[in-house]
Amino acid sequence: MDEISGMDEIIREFLVESREGLDQMDRDLVNLEKQPDSRDLLASIFRSIHTIKGTSGVLGFPKLESVAHVGENLLSRMRDGKFRLNPQITTVLLAMVDALRSMLASIEASGSEGEGDYSEVIQRIAKCSEAAGKQGVVHQSETPSVPVTEEAPIGELLVHAGVTSEAIAEALVQQSEGDPRRIGEILVARGDVKPEAVLEALTKQAGGRPAAMSGSIRVDVGLLDKVMNLVGELVLARNQVLQFTASQQDPAFVNTAQRLNLITTELQEGVMKTRMQPIGNVWNKFPRLVRDLAVACGKRVRIEVEGSETELDKTIIEAIKDPLTHVVRNAVDHGIEAPEARAAMGKPAEGRLSLRAFHEGGQVNIEINDDGAGINVDRVKQKALSRGLVSPEQLLRMTEREVTNLIFLPGFSTAEKVTNVSGRGVGMDVVKTNIEKIGGTVDVSSVAGAGTTLRIKIPLTLAIIPALIVTSGRQRFAIPQISLLELVRLEPGQPVENIQGMPVYRLRGNLLPLVFLSRELSISEQCAARDGAVNIVVLQADGRQFGLVVDEINDTEEIVVKPLGKHLKGLACFAGATIMGDGKVALILDVLGMAQRANVVSDVRDHTQTEEAKRKPTADIAEQQQWLLFTAGKRRRMAVPLSAVARLEEIQSGGVEKAGDREVVQYRGQIMPLIDVSEVTGLGASPRRELLQVIVHTSQGRSVGMVVNEIVDVVQQSIAIEDGLTRPGLMGSAVIQEHVTDLMDVHQVLATANGSVATATPRGTNDAS
Amino acid sequence: MLVDRKFCTFYLDGLFFGIEVHKVQEVLRHQQTTPVPLAGTVVAGLINLRGQIVTAIDLRRRLGLPERSADRLPMNVVVRTDESVVSLLVDEIGDVVEVEEEAFESVPDTLTGESRQLVHGVYKLKDKLLLVLNTTLALESKAVA
Repeated sequence: MDEISGMDEIIREFLVESREGLDQMDRDLVNLEKQPDSRDLLASIFRSIHTIKGTSGVLGFPKLESVAHVGENLLSRMRDGKFRLNPQITTVLLAMVDALRSMLASIEASGSEGEGDYSEVIQRIAKCSEAAGKQGVVHQSETPSVPVTEEAPIGELLVHAGVTSEAIAEALVQQSEGDPRRIGEILVARGDVKPEAVLEALTKQAGGRPAAMSGSIRVDVGLLDKVMNLVGELVLARNQVLQFTASQQDPAFVNTAQRLNLITTELQEGVMKTRMQPIGNVWNKFPRLVRDLAVACGKRVRIEVEGSETELDKTIIEAIKDPLTHVVRNAVDHGIEAPEARAAMGKPAEGRLSLRAFHEGGQVNIEINDDGAGINVDRVKQKALSRGLVSPEQLLRMTEREVTNLIFLPGFSTAEKVTNVSGRGVGMDVVKTNIEKIGGTVDVSSVAGAGTTLRIKIPLTLAIIPALIVTSGRQRFAIPQISLLELVRLEPGQPVENIQGMPVYRLRGNLLPLVFLSRELSISEQCAARDGAVNIVVLQADGRQFGLVVDEINDTEEIVVKPLGKHLKGLACFAGATIMGDGKVALILDVLGMAQRANVVSDVRDHTQTEEAKRKPTADIAEQQQWLLFTAGKRRRMAVPLSAVARLEEIQSGGVEKAGDREVVQYRGQIMPLIDVSEVTGLGASPRRELLQVIVHTSQGRSVGMVVNEIVDVVQQSIAIEDGLTRPGLMGSAVIQEHVTDLMDVHQVLATANGSVATATPRGTNDAS
Repeated sequence: MLVDRKFCTFYLDGLFFGIEVHKVQEVLRHQQTTPVPLAGTVVAGLINLRGQIVTAIDLRRRLGLPERSADRLPMNVVVRTDESVVSLLVDEIGDVVEVEEEAFESVPDTLTGESRQLVHGVYKLKDKLLLVLNTTLALESKAVA
C-alpha cells in the first residue's frame, strides 16, 4: 500500500515539475527564436528536456522518453554550435513540447502514456537533425568554446556579454580611486553596458539559477484556502471583540483588543499575500500562443508585456485566464493585419500587441493594446442592426464609443470569415460576463487604422471586500463598494417624481431610475427613514446608473464574503452573506442581479432574448419599454419612449429668446431650439406659463427642447400600438394607465418642426402615409 | 451490515423523528436567523455557526406540517450533506436512541402527503414510533428553493 502511494507521490511531483519545465521551454523557445545566439536560453531549454528525459526513463515511461530523447539530440547539436534555430525548427520543437504535454495529461488521467502515436513528431525532429547535419557547420560559434565557469569574476563575465576590456579596466581604475560603487553600476552609469546584461552576468555568477528558487516552498492550495477561511473567521471574531470593547472601561482589556486588532489586520494581509500571484503566470503563456497564431494566420506579431509582476488573488487569476486568452487571440486574429496590408498602410510589417497591468485605487487595471486595424464602427453598426441587437433609433443616439462597446453583446461577431481561432459569435460577451462575474468591468476603445485598446478593471481580491452597510425593513444588507457611486439624501419635501410605476429622481439633470430595496425584496412596505427623508444609494451596474432607496445608511465595513448554500444559489439578488460585528448574518447584495430584477438595466443586452418578439411587424411592437407620460395642449395625454429623453428641465419663460422665427433658450452653453409639442401635433398652441416644462432630447450632440404642459409619470409596460392616426408627429396611440394616450414620434416631431422632410425612420413614414 | 442503528431524535408537531447519528454534526438550541428575502418559504434563514454561514430549513414547512406557534422557539439539528452543512429547525430535541433491526417497518398509512415520501420507514419503539427522515430527499435543493 505504502509503496504505491509513495510512487503516486513521485509521479505527481514529476508531473508538476515537467509541466513547469514545458511551460518554461515554450517561453524560452519563443525567445530563442528572436535571439538565436543566446546560450543561456539554449542551456535552459536543454536543461528542461534533459530532466524530463531522465526522469521519465527512471519512472518507466518509454514513449515520453523516446520523444524527449530525439528532442534532446537535436538540441545538443544546436548547443554544440552545429546550427542555429530557425522558425521551422522552432515549430518542430514546439510540437514536441505539445506531444510531451499530452502524454503528461494522459499519465495524470489514467496513469499510462496513452494510445497516442508520436512517431510522426519523432520523425520530424529526426529529419531536422539530419538536415542540420548535412548543412555542416553553418554557424561559427562566436561565443568562446571554453564554457564560462560560474566562479568567473564579474568583469570576465561582462566581457563575454560584449563589454570591451578597456571599459572594464577604466571602471576598475575608477573604483581603485575611491568610487564606492560596484563595477556593474559604474559601467551602467558610463553607458558601457545595459543593466540587463549586468543582471544576467550576476545571475550566471550566482550559479545560473535565480536566487528566489531556493527560498520558496510548494504549498497545497487546499491548505491555503483553509488558512484563508480561518483568517476570515478571525477577522469576524476581531470585529466582535472590537464592538464589545466599545462598552468596556478596563484599559488592559482595551489595549489587548487593540493589539489583537493590529495583529489580525497584519495576519490578514500576510495570508492574502500568500494567495497573490503575479499576472505574469497567465501572461507567460501568451508569447507561445501569439507565435502559433501569427504563424497560422501568416502574420508577424511582437508581444510586449509590462507589469507582469502585478499581483492578484489566485481565484481572480483563474477567473481572468480564459477571458484574457480570448482577447489576445482576437487581437492577433482580427486586430492585427497581414504584413502586406500593414505595409500598404505605412505601418511596420510586424504588428505589436502590448499587455500592461498596474494597480490603481485598490483595483488592478489590465490594458491590452494592439496597433492593428481598429474596430470598424460602420461595420459594427451594420452588424448590430442586421442581427437585431439594436434599433436604428438607438443607434442614432449612440456615441462612437458606445457603438464600439456593442461588440460585447451576445451573438455579435464581425469577423467575415469564421476561423478556427475566433469568430464564432461567442466571444466578447463571454469575456464581459466572466469579468463582471468577479466584479470587474471591461471597456474597449479603438481608433480606426491605428489599433484597439481593451481596458479591464478587476478587484484585487474577492475574499474580503469593503462594503456599505444599509438597512431596509429592519434588515441589514451589505453593498460592495465597487459598485457604489455616491449617496444622496433627499430632505423631506424634496421631490421624487414617482406616482406609480417607475419612480425617478433628477440627479444633476439626469433621470435616475429608483429602486426601492424593501419593495424589490418584498420585505415590508417602504417605511421611509424616521424623519421622512429618502436615502438613495447611487449604484452602477453594467454601465447604467440607478438609485437604490433604503431606509437607513449605516456604515462602511470590511466584510468577509461567504458563499450561500446550494439552496439559495438561484437568487441572483444576493452575492453571498457575511457575518457582522454583532455576530448576526447579513446578506450581500448583487448589484447587477438587483438591477436586472428591477429592470433598470433592461438595455440592449436583453434584445437577444426578445428577438422573437422583435420579428413581429413593427406596427405592434410589444416590447417592454419605459414611457414618459405628459400632457400637451388641452389635457391631451401623450407618451414618449423614456429612451428618447435625455433630461427633464423647467425653464423660466423669461429666458426664451428668438433666433430667426424660432424660439430658443441658452442651455448648457448651447443654443437649444424649443418646439411646442401641442402646436406641432396639431393641437394648437399651448397656454404659456411662467415655468415651461421641457423634455430635452439629444441626438448627435445637439439638444432640442420639447415644451409640454405637464410631466405626469414614467411607466413601464408593453404597449400595443394602434395605428390609424393621421396627425403629424405621432406614431399611434395606446392605452396606458387606463387612458388613451398618443405616442409621440420624436424624430417626426423634430422633422416637422424643422419644416423639412421627415428623416425616414420606418415607423415615422408609415404613420405619415 | 453497516446500517447505523443509532438515531438522533427530535419532535415535530407531536411526531417523533430520527436521523442517523453519523449524519448529524451537532444540535443547538435556538439560534438567531437572518431571513432571506425572495427565497422559498421552506428556507427559514441563515444562521452563524461559529463563523460559518448555514442555511436553516424549517422542517415543519418542508414536511407540510402546521406552522409552529410563534411563542415556541425552534431548535437546530445541524446535518452534514455531501456538499454542505444545513440546519434543520425542529420543535424539540430528544435523546440518541439505539434501535433493534427487527423493529423496522415500512411507512405506515397514517402518514400522508409530503411527509410520507420523506420518511424511510418506522422503528417500533416500546412507547412510540420513530420515523426515520430521508435527509437526502428532504434537502433536495429543487424542492427547497
